[in-house]
Amino acid sequence: MNILFYIAAFLAIITTVKVVIGKNAVHTLLYLIVSLLSISVIFFIIGAPFVAALEVITYAGAIMVLFVFVIMMLNVSKKERNKENELLKPNIWIGPSIISIILFMEMVYILTYQPAHTMTQHKVLLDAVGKLMFTKYILVVELAAFLLTAGIIGAYHLGQKEKMIHHRYLKNEKMKS
Amino acid sequence: MKELLWLIVALPFAGSLILALFSRKLPRFACAIIGVGTVSMSAIITFLISIDFLYNNPTGIPYNQVLWQWMDVYGLSAKMAFTLDTVSLTFVFVITFVGALIHLYSAKFMWKDDGFARFFTFMNLFIGFMLILVLADNFLLLVLGWEGVGLCSYLLIGYWFKEPANGYAARKAFIVTRVGDTALVIGIFILFMTYHTLNIQAVLDSAPSTWVVGSGIATITAFLLLSGAIGKSAQLPLQTWLPDAMVAPSPVSALIHAATMVTAGVYLIARTHVLFDLAPIAQTSIAIIGAITLLVAGISALNQQDIKKILAYSTISQIGYMFLALGVGAWSAAIFHFMIHAFFKSLLFLGAGSVISVMHDEHNIFKMGGLWKKLPVIFWTFLIASCALAALPLVTAGFYSKDKILWLAFASDKGSVWLWLAGITGAFITALYTFRMVFVTFFGQIKAQPTQRIGIWMTIPLIVLAVLSFAGGFIELPDNMGHVVLFSNFINKTLPVTTIKELGHYTELIFQLIAAAVAVSGVVLAYKLYFGKKFPADEPQRDALQRFFYKGFDFDLLYDKVIVTPIVFISRINKNDFINQFYMGLGSFIQLLNKALSATQNGKVRWYATALVIGAIIILTIFYS
Amino acid sequence: MNIPMEQGILLAALLFCIGLTGLLVRRDAIFMLMSVEIMLNAAGVAFVVAGSARGQADGQVMFIFILTMAASEVSVGLALIIQLYKKFKSLDMDRASTMKG
Repeated sequence: MNILFYIAAFLAIITTVKVVIGKNAVHTLLYLIVSLLSISVIFFIIGAPFVAALEVITYAGAIMVLFVFVIMMLNVSKKERNKENELLKPNIWIGPSIISIILFMEMVYILTYQPAHTMTQHKVLLDAVGKLMFTKYILVVELAAFLLTAGIIGAYHLGQKEKMIHHRYLKNEKMKS
Repeated sequence: MKELLWLIVALPFAGSLILALFSRKLPRFACAIIGVGTVSMSAIITFLISIDFLYNNPTGIPYNQVLWQWMDVYGLSAKMAFTLDTVSLTFVFVITFVGALIHLYSAKFMWKDDGFARFFTFMNLFIGFMLILVLADNFLLLVLGWEGVGLCSYLLIGYWFKEPANGYAARKAFIVTRVGDTALVIGIFILFMTYHTLNIQAVLDSAPSTWVVGSGIATITAFLLLSGAIGKSAQLPLQTWLPDAMVAPSPVSALIHAATMVTAGVYLIARTHVLFDLAPIAQTSIAIIGAITLLVAGISALNQQDIKKILAYSTISQIGYMFLALGVGAWSAAIFHFMIHAFFKSLLFLGAGSVISVMHDEHNIFKMGGLWKKLPVIFWTFLIASCALAALPLVTAGFYSKDKILWLAFASDKGSVWLWLAGITGAFITALYTFRMVFVTFFGQIKAQPTQRIGIWMTIPLIVLAVLSFAGGFIELPDNMGHVVLFSNFINKTLPVTTIKELGHYTELIFQLIAAAVAVSGVVLAYKLYFGKKFPADEPQRDALQRFFYKGFDFDLLYDKVIVTPIVFISRINKNDFINQFYMGLGSFIQLLNKALSATQNGKVRWYATALVIGAIIILTIFYS
Repeated sequence: MNIPMEQGILLAALLFCIGLTGLLVRRDAIFMLMSVEIMLNAAGVAFVVAGSARGQADGQVMFIFILTMAASEVSVGLALIIQLYKKFKSLDMDRASTMKG
């Protein structure tokens, strides 16, 4: 079964790289969804079924769908897209890649300079999670509720259309609400 | 009564302070009352003290009043103390009395001006400082008064400050007198170094025993003090500021630049006469400077068109006479001429101011004419003063004072015939330019109509001063005309008597006749040249020589070329020296840093994210190694 | 099965760095947001792996919170992107650099 982990990890990495270097927005989103699904597989393997399901439902199912909707609604013209793609020359990637590689090297060093020890994975099931969430982390749950409410209101407010105000003296003045 | 001496000085200062602090809340009438009233009360107290002094003090012992100890530091001890002796009493009388009359005149003259209270603040301050100058009993206090009157002169010349030329004139006056002031202070340093005290009387008492007559240090000190006097009294070579100072209001010109401040130099030399006795070269140079100045200024006055400039050059010339008198040792004659000159010159300035104001600020005498019927009071008082200036014989005070100087210029032990000749020529020129001024201004065709009248409050001072110009001379008649020596006896209680050469009995009469003849002939020549003639609006500047005289012998050009231009040139070169470059470099370095650091904020999100990541890398590196 | 915890976290680190590269390179707003999502997800993976290695449920709870936060952030972020698009008429985030200097 260990091999499953490595296959899923490999898949996740490949698709993530394709997300980052992709040119078409919808295609990259689909790659991202595949990446999330493979992460979910990894979660199942290490014994966290609840978050695996949650990842699929929420992350891949809701958030990515939201992305797709917005991309389709924005309807970016072909000219804009082509302009964006023109700018993605290979030599742009050098600088940030170097920075990321350095960061990765550092993290590798931090993780491996102490002797590695294998840990046995335990299955952590839903009831344990639920119990913990509503006793120890109850306040954080409430805060998360606040956050979601704020997100809803903010998203609603920011997404409103501009109203056209027909003022007596000023014609066609756009008022941002 | 003598204890009220401090009140004479304190009242003008108090008036100035009240006006400076409260003038916004006081109505104009109250400001006038305070401004004129303080000086008038000082004049009344002076009057009372002088009666006391004359009757209870026949030998003229000086009266000392110590107010408080000003400083006492490492042997430099100076008290705030006043010494009243005959010389200072004369000066105090002139300052307060003529000052009160001029204040009264200027209350009406300046009534419509915006800065009415400011004017009286400065005038009272000036009177206070001038009184300190003449009453000071130590050199430090004298320098305080000296600097104070210089400051007030600056403030009052630049009184109408909205006109930039007035500011330049005020600056010029201050800076030129500053040159003299520096020399004066250095001289006082030398005195302190030698005598270890600044008390005037103490220095004068111990001077003959400390310094040899004609010694180098005495001569140097005397020359330094003389330079201070030259600066303040506008003699050659520091006379260039006085004609430009005529942009001041006329009462200011009357008070400061005719009667009081410019005579501070005369006071200084008279006060320190012992030092000049110890340095004969210095004393002779006083006479020579006076003689040359009176000729130069007289010739310049002959070529002026502005009525106030004529009077300014005339003042320079008359103070030249006072210097001439001091130079030949005629101390009381100099003080007498100072007093009489104060009367008629301030009257001339006030009259000129009246003429200018009723002729709508017209200064050019060739644009005036025929005023004698229209402005009778001004004309008659002006005429009396002009006669006094020209020293018309017997009927004017000016004759007695100037005649005494001319006589003593020849007859004194230190006098010479050259000095007398200079004086006589000067008297002729004086009569000539004075009556040129009178004839062109008041006679002839009417060029412009005067439309205003001056009020009663401006007329009273004119009349009082006219009476004094006429009658003031009668307290000192020459030896062969009644031998009234009231004034010289008064002065000679403090200053030494002039020693006269042995001359024939009738010599004095001959000299008087010559002086009278010269004055009258000057008037006659002026009559021939200027009476009833038609002039174009400007007397044409015929040739370069006349232009040269018009500019007052062009000292301004000389100073500009010799002193100002090199200094400006050097400072322009030195503008970017290494000290300056260091500071400029500091500034540019900071600006460079600013440019560099502000380039890191370019508003792009990716840039900031990169910065975040690099920061994270650095922190991880530091934290884990 | 036994997978060393370090390898799981290494996976998370690698995914994080890839997402970081995407964030630094891409100009388009949508792609930037996607890269941020990748990074968030990677952080979540790290949490879950660590929690699971010790047999505690804390890691999963953390992941739930991260998920919540990501959801609200995406919704608000996309609303902002819509407004920015309306203002600048393009999704290039380098255009929105008026706070420079």
